[in-house]
Amino acid sequence: MLKFSEEQMTEFKRLVARYPEGKQKSALLPVLHLAQDSFGGWLSAETMDYVAELLQITPIEVYEVATFYSMYNLKPVGKYMFEVCQTGPCMLRGSDDIIAYIGEKLGIKPGETTADGMFTLKTVECLGACGYAPMMQLGKHYREHLTKEKVDAIIDECRKTAASLN
Amino acid sequence: MSKKLLLEKAHVEGIRYFDVYRREGGYRSVEKALKEMSPEAIVEEVKKSGLRGRGGAGFPAGMKWSFIAKPEGVPRHLVCNADESEPGTFKDRYLMEFIPHLLIEGLIVSSFALGSNDTYIYIRGEYAWIVDILEQAITEAKNNGFLGKNILGSGFDCNIHVQRGAGAYICGEETALIESLEGKRGNPRIKPPFPAVKGVWDRPTVVNNVETLAAVVPIINMGGDEYAKIGVGRSTGTKLISACGNINKPGVYEIDMTISVEEFIYSDEYCGGIPNGKKLKACIPGGSSVPILPANLLLKTAKGETRYMNYESLADGGFASGSMMGSGGFIVLDEDQCVVRHTLSLARFYRHESCGQCSPCREGTGWMEKILKNIEYGNGKMSDIDLLWDIQRKIEGNTICPLGDAAAWPVAAAIRHFRDEFEWHVLNPEESQKRNYGLAHYADPIHVPVA
Ligand SMILES: Cc1cc2nc3c(=O)[nH]c(=O)nc-3n(C[C@H](O)[C@H](O)[C@H](O)COP(=O)(O)O)c2cc1C
Ligand code: SF4
Ligand code: FES
Repeated sequence: MLKFSEEQMTEFKRLVARYPEGKQKSALLPVLHLAQDSFGGWLSAETMDYVAELLQITPIEVYEVATFYSMYNLKPVGKYMFEVCQTGPCMLRGSDDIIAYIGEKLGIKPGETTADGMFTLKTVECLGACGYAPMMQLGKHYREHLTKEKVDAIIDECRKTAASLN
Repeated sequence: MSKKLLLEKAHVEGIRYFDVYRREGGYRSVEKALKEMSPEAIVEEVKKSGLRGRGGAGFPAGMKWSFIAKPEGVPRHLVCNADESEPGTFKDRYLMEFIPHLLIEGLIVSSFALGSNDTYIYIRGEYAWIVDILEQAITEAKNNGFLGKNILGSGFDCNIHVQRGAGAYICGEETALIESLEGKRGNPRIKPPFPAVKGVWDRPTVVNNVETLAAVVPIINMGGDEYAKIGVGRSTGTKLISACGNINKPGVYEIDMTISVEEFIYSDEYCGGIPNGKKLKACIPGGSSVPILPANLLLKTAKGETRYMNYESLADGGFASGSMMGSGGFIVLDEDQCVVRHTLSLARFYRHESCGQCSPCREGTGWMEKILKNIEYGNGKMSDIDLLWDIQRKIEGNTICPLGDAAAWPVAAAIRHFRDEFEWHVLNPEESQKRNYGLAHYADPIHVPVA
């Protein structure tokens, strides 16, 4: 049985308190973010059922939402997810080449995860960084003005961080 | 130099923090509004300012505010739209990241004017680090008595909450945003009822863009009449433009809407021209949803007059030969770019973002993407171009929300102005895989008959 830690529970309560009495369902999106971050970077059926129980809504209300929004992962993803923008303005600045380069370097296609579970490559639509293109989202932050050299450095950085955490 | 009202202080060291922001004159508008003005008087100033919504539609903000219903005993809400997902648009992010207190200040004054005790900022989920910046600013404002109970002894209580979305362009549409704020899928609602009558939790709600609400600060400080003197005609005040694509200096610029498009693209104060001595081919001046214009129609109107960076001038000629200010996402294409490919990329975006509620939008966006893919990859037929035209026309105006139109217009404008490039792809399936069509005559001074 999964369960939020005490600290996560405090955050959960803070989120719910922002909405009027009886409107706790409004906290669903932020709570799903919290759950995804807390339970392995994706939303399993078990996680979603737990969220439903906490918010006192039906599981289907959670599934509906989890499948609608692109930031919720419905299957496991790599430790580091490269979400590279492929929309028009980024394309004008060479995002296609960056996506191809990452794919080649990691030996995966968009949507796939490396065999060691370290990296996932995902193409996404405009992230509001068009002036700093090409770009990708990595965790909570953006990596902008990407070049092949920068991609190399980011991959090394991820490998090093992962090694130091082990 | 254009007059700056929003970003003037954005580069002051430490302006992200309350103390510096306050020292630089911040929160004066809250003092003035809450101590000296009534809510009605604030709405009146915003009306006088001529401020138009900066989220894309350009609807007069003061007028929108005056529509909010005030049933006895029902709370009202102000919701700030920080979903910013229109390709080419990254101005709200800049404002929130660098000068977050300006938004918070604008929100407090606007909440007072509308009677919102709980105000929400709905921010796109990907802007995760900006949530921290905003929450920090909110905490600072609260600690200094500008938020919370009985603000500045006025008797007005206000809290601001930041709610993260989770990746869905459609949640920028105001009724989809409200659904999302209620913890549901972002399916736009059928209007009426309008949010001003029945919005979030069925309560009267006003949804405004980040930049619109920030602009309330200078309006209150200088007065609506003074604000209205800046700019030209019905394009009052300043506008943030996020410029991207093939230009030397991509970034966010505050303009006063009196400069020409040519000056904006080529002067060093703004975009700094096109890199590598390339020529300008085309531009989408107001975010991906507005019509693309070839260089000749961008710099001059069909009548041969200079085109300016304001609402009226950008729209001059209607859809036959003009475009729109939209959200201010300015996307520049140089001579090496392929309009078919760029249009395909936008079509994919809209197919991906359609919420799927209405069949013309759900089916039409997918169909357009497929046909464009065929044309781009050398498998197109001449009749496909007419078919595309036909599909986009059948989407436009036949859907619950304007995303359908937003998906149709880019395709329509690309065919209208660049039909020969589409035809060239069809006629030269092999060659078009190896090189781009180039500039053709798009930069020549031709005259388009005005319909
Ligand atoms: C598909 C779609 C996406 C939109 N996205 C945004 C957005 O990201 N930000 C925004 O402020 N307005 C967006 N709008 C416009 C809003 O519906 C609404 O008009 C706006 O928030 C009102 O604020 P304003 O009057 O201050 O511009 C979008 C509209 C549509 C149809
Ligand atoms: S037009 Fe498209 S996005 Fe808008 S409600 Fe219909 S299907 Fe959804
Ligand atoms: S198009 Fe890539 S961030 Fe906007």
